[in-house]
Amino acid sequence: MTARPDPAASAATDTAAADTGRRVVRTMRRALRWSLPEILFWLVAFASIFLLPGQHLILTEIAILAVFALSIDLILGYAGIVSLGHAAMYGAGAYAAGLYAIHVTGEPLTGLVVGAAAGAVIAFATSFLLLRGGDLTRLMVTLGVAAVLFEIANKAYRITGGADGLQGIWMDPILGRFDFDLAGHTGYVYCLIVLFLLFLLARLVVNSPFGISLKAIRENPLRASAVGIPVNPRLVAIYTLAGAYAGVAGALFTHTQQFISLDALAFQKSADGLLVLIIGGTGYLYGGMIGALAYKVIQDVIANITPQYWLFWIGLLMVVFVLWGRDKPQRIFATLAARLRHRREGRE
Amino acid sequence: MVTLIFDGLAYGMLLFVLSCGLAVTLGLMNFINLAHGAFAMAGGYATVILTNQMGMPFLWTLPLAFIVAAVAGFVLERTLYVRMYARSDLDQVLFTIGLVFMAVSGMDWLMGSQQQILHLPSFLLGRVEVLGVNIGIYRAFLIAVCGVLAVVLQLLITRTRFGSRLRAAVDDQRVAHGVGIPVKTVFAVTFAVGSGLAGLGGALGAEILGLTPNFPLEFLIYFLIVVSAGGTSSMLGPLYASILLGLADVLGKYYIPTLGSFMIYAVLVIVLVVRPQGLFARAA
Repeated sequence: MTARPDPAASAATDTAAADTGRRVVRTMRRALRWSLPEILFWLVAFASIFLLPGQHLILTEIAILAVFALSIDLILGYAGIVSLGHAAMYGAGAYAAGLYAIHVTGEPLTGLVVGAAAGAVIAFATSFLLLRGGDLTRLMVTLGVAAVLFEIANKAYRITGGADGLQGIWMDPILGRFDFDLAGHTGYVYCLIVLFLLFLLARLVVNSPFGISLKAIRENPLRASAVGIPVNPRLVAIYTLAGAYAGVAGALFTHTQQFISLDALAFQKSADGLLVLIIGGTGYLYGGMIGALAYKVIQDVIANITPQYWLFWIGLLMVVFVLWGRDKPQRIFATLAARLRHRREGRE
Repeated sequence: MVTLIFDGLAYGMLLFVLSCGLAVTLGLMNFINLAHGAFAMAGGYATVILTNQMGMPFLWTLPLAFIVAAVAGFVLERTLYVRMYARSDLDQVLFTIGLVFMAVSGMDWLMGSQQQILHLPSFLLGRVEVLGVNIGIYRAFLIAVCGVLAVVLQLLITRTRFGSRLRAAVDDQRVAHGVGIPVKTVFAVTFAVGSGLAGLGGALGAEILGLTPNFPLEFLIYFLIVVSAGGTSSMLGPLYASILLGLADVLGKYYIPTLGSFMIYAVLVIVLVVRPQGLFARAA
């Protein structure tokens, strides 16, 4: 660069820069455009309200699990943080929503906000512990944080009910109109709508410049910081957001079950969430939902055959899945989609 | 008070034998093996079955517990684990959690979910008064056995040919392979010995720790604390860490029972944050 640039050349670089800018905007908008499979996915999801009225209880569990897995996807799939303690935020949200319902009001929507806030606070406070060390340190810190919360909930039985679980939660009707029924119809519609809204938000976030900077951090933190991405604040931000999501999942659980046990904070819960996400695939937001569906169906089938030992088969599934290559289902879909697109372009 | 310290010491030594195998696989070989406790459980159940159901003397079952867990470790390493060495951390985590789930629920199916009671021989029961201190004989036995093991392990790793081969293989696999060290065999043997020691620890601890199918999950965090706090530069770090952990756990649960295991987990988090390399590690 010369000290005093030639005005013509400067104008040329300006138009070039504007051109690049436009192209960047176009590329980023493209990711936000709804594709046909996406629209179909949500049509099917909402159609299940009317088509599968007998399955709403299990569908509710699937929707909650999907919110939880979506939350893990935000940190694992986009920021590359491996966590073994995501139940910490889930359980915090669940207990916060439960205590709020008992001591303040049974109104569910503010309960959701309380759950989200609890998850976010825990996540924000512990996110600073994750900024040092590699994957292994993060694994153990997250595991440790979840274990600490589990012990707190276990020992503070006056507040949390300890090992007996938190009982006596009564929920008011949603918006004062829709009462939670035993067949779980209201609960399912409620969870599905929350899932959809959270998904929309996540979709905006991961396709924003912020989300793209996260992917850069995931691929190479050192280079990301070299191009000027503030790595640590970004990680804290996404971890907090994911914590809020997990808190909402916990609150949804409380609202639909009206009972919380220590399982909400247990290692098993974290492992389940991770497994669900891995089954569905990371880094494209739908993984959690597809995984939750697949996981619950598999669990249901196995539990019907051998109610006591289904954990064994889940373990076997995990081992085989990892050995076989956990990105294979995603790759098969990708090749299919690429082939379809190729065909369509060939016809045009 | 002195009795409590003695108990804590025994508990810590036991933790050391249980987790020193993990210090090698996780710390040195960099393989995240969350299924380590499953081998300990295998050893524990082997001892319980052999003594209670087949009437074998307790002391004879200890080497057998070692062998059962070591063989299981060797076979799994050769068939499954070896495929996972080069995989990502997440893959290793998922794979070994899967193994833990299978072990937990498989053992539940085989033996039932109740706690196993181990009948110790009478000469290991009871307490004696030594210099005015009330000492459990079994606790003293534990300290003796585990202390000898710790010394032997440290010598094995620092003084023998196998130990130097292992250290070389861990530091740089390719170069070690290049100078003719059978890296695969070294890793397989190390893994088997580590699993065997866990099995021995499970057998020794069956009476103190309480043996249920949930054992691998229940003590997972203890193993991880030992490895992370102890660092991996030698066997001494994990040994000190185990003893500290054992003392803290026993004393903590005695004096502040309301806190329970809370202290231990909090210590883990703090140690990891303050010293990610471990409390007793050399500067890397």
